Amino acid sequence: MSKLDKYLRLDQFPHFACSGCGHGIALASMVRAIDKLELDQNTTIMVCAIGCAGRLPVYLNFPSIRTAHGRALTIATGIKLANPKLKVIVFMGDGDAAAIGGNHLIHAARRNIDMTAIIAINEIYGMTGGQYAPTTKSGHFASTAPFGMIEPQMDICKLVEAAGATFVARGDIYHVVELEKLMLKAISHKGFSVVEALTNCPTQFGRRNKNSRPSEMIKNIKEMTITKKQAEQLSKEELEHKLLRGILIDKERPEYIEEYDRITNFQEEGSLK
Amino acid sequence: MNKKVLMQGNQAIAEAALAAGMKVCAGYPITPSTEVVELLSRKLPAYGGRFIQMEDEIASIGVIIGASAAGKKAMTATSGPGFSLMQELLGYAAMVEIPIVIYNAQRVGPSTGGATMPQQGDIMQTKWGSHGESPRIALCPSSVEEAYNLTITAFNLSEKYMVPVVILADEILAHIRESITIPESDSFEIINRRNNAPPQEEYLPYKVDHTGIPILPPLGGGYRYNISGMIHGDKGVPNLAPETIDYCIQRINSKLKKHYNDIVMVEKMEEENSKIAVLAYGSTARPAKGAVKMAIENGIKVDFIRLITIWPFPEREVREIARRVDKILVPEMNYEGQVAGLVKQSIEGAAEVVQFNKISGLPIYVEEIYNQIIKIERGEK
Ligand SMILES: Cc1ncc(C[n+]2csc(CCOP(=O)(O)OP(=O)(O)O)c2C)c(N)n1
Ligand code: SF4
Repeated sequence: MSKLDKYLRLDQFPHFACSGCGHGIALASMVRAIDKLELDQNTTIMVCAIGCAGRLPVYLNFPSIRTAHGRALTIATGIKLANPKLKVIVFMGDGDAAAIGGNHLIHAARRNIDMTAIIAINEIYGMTGGQYAPTTKSGHFASTAPFGMIEPQMDICKLVEAAGATFVARGDIYHVVELEKLMLKAISHKGFSVVEALTNCPTQFGRRNKNSRPSEMIKNIKEMTITKKQAEQLSKEELEHKLLRGILIDKERPEYIEEYDRITNFQEEGSLK
Repeated sequence: MNKKVLMQGNQAIAEAALAAGMKVCAGYPITPSTEVVELLSRKLPAYGGRFIQMEDEIASIGVIIGASAAGKKAMTATSGPGFSLMQELLGYAAMVEIPIVIYNAQRVGPSTGGATMPQQGDIMQTKWGSHGESPRIALCPSSVEEAYNLTITAFNLSEKYMVPVVILADEILAHIRESITIPESDSFEIINRRNNAPPQEEYLPYKVDHTGIPILPPLGGGYRYNISGMIHGDKGVPNLAPETIDYCIQRINSKLKKHYNDIVMVEKMEEENSKIAVLAYGSTARPAKGAVKMAIENGIKVDFIRLITIWPFPEREVREIARRVDKILVPEMNYEGQVAGLVKQSIEGAAEVVQFNKISGLPIYVEEIYNQIIKIERGEK
């Protein structure tokens, strides 16, 4: 038995994910961060929705709520308005968070309610069989982009930064120790925090892009990301196909519910525990 | 002491929600419901509650589901276009049995239709607008005072039966101002959802007792269960075994049938040996009642039945009326006759249903219904 077993709904195993799927690594990093932070398992709420990434938190032994595709952040917002003392963590796929749920992501970042959104980026819709996501790179193939992706890739970190997120970080499942640290920082941050975790989907993305060996895919991810320091050494051209890794934004701004309660002279009634 | 005040329908709904203990409201402005969110944005903080204007109606219903899952009574207010956007999560709330209250002030549809005019076009959408089959309760107030009382009832039924409740009013009721009597806060019952779950080790969220209603403690309240829109058994985790699918869908849909008598409300006026009945609901019920009274004054015997609960449909009460009379007149502000269709389905030919549909965005007037009664009396309809 591992010391993390207490965070798992062991009776739900075996899980549904494919072997070689990177989502589990991202999820495990989150669990280790929660363990390091010694968060209370009863008052840390897992919110998720639909997709391979969206289904994973159901395996975790926290109070959990899984809603309709794209709507996790709205449910999370409601939980916080009802009881701001709860710790709320939202785990989503890139389609879930940035396509169907994109509008909610923008406005959640703008409001700055104290919660953490973890977005597992695999460049594809895994659950539905390999259709393209807003994060699919131009030229990559998907079941609905049989001639290659035409649309430009969406940079979710830039999007939420522009929308006003107060903590934004990008990590990947190769640099897993770093990913855990980023998640730890994000979860401890006061305000709306976002961690983008680059993961791999060998089954639906790899297969269509001539690289379905998980180890190869993870190596590619490793080569795709660089730290700020490494970036300083590179030319503009060299930077073009790289993604910055690490904490991208970390700032303070009044937290929405604290601000709401202050300006409205909110009168606590009974026990908003 | 009861208080007499002049109130707009929307205002009565907002005030009653506060009286019912509603603590979270999320909404997106839309005529003719907007006054509700405006009023609640001002008043909620003093009641220990919070209001938020969301980016759209999908987000609004998401917020109230989340808030309710965390243990607070929650509501949203909307109209046609917004109600359409809410359908997926309305079905979700019914599936996961998280109580919410939605106020839908019906306006002229389809599409943008006419924002400032009434219609009764969302009867079917309320029950069948989201995919699959799932339960809900819908209540149709026809006066401002009743809107106040039914809003409290809406929260009570929602908490008691762990089900979404729709207050299905229309633009007339939303904007009309009437003098109403506000009951003293200790004169009406407030029902809160059950919170007597067994200890965590024995607890299964969707295991129900004889009531058929699950006990779902607030998220963060010490229980670590899962809420999921996927088919689930007692444990609440996804389970697609054929017998679980069968059980899950049967259970959520049959629970309201079990408590039919507690949920279904109608108002009736019966005459001896009448051959005609008028069946109406919402704002149309007032001119309908006026027309029935006029007919009786003029020596024509007419029964009157007003459906207060529209979902679950009051089929027993409607069947009883059908046994008494030959013809049932159903005036509605819609094209198809959405309730007339339900009446026909319920009575299986026991009486003839005569439709009177008006879709001009104007209210149905007393004289119009009276003329219909005369025509039926003369055998012209
Ligand atoms: C409203 C709605 N539209 C479409 C779907 C079908 N659907 C399920 S998962 C999914 C995509 C998930 O992709 P992503 O969020 O990237 O997660 P992944 O499976 O790749 O982890 C889609 C389109 C749905 N369940 N609901
Ligand atoms: S389809 Fe892709 S994302 Fe889904 S479990 Fe398999 S590898 Fe993971």
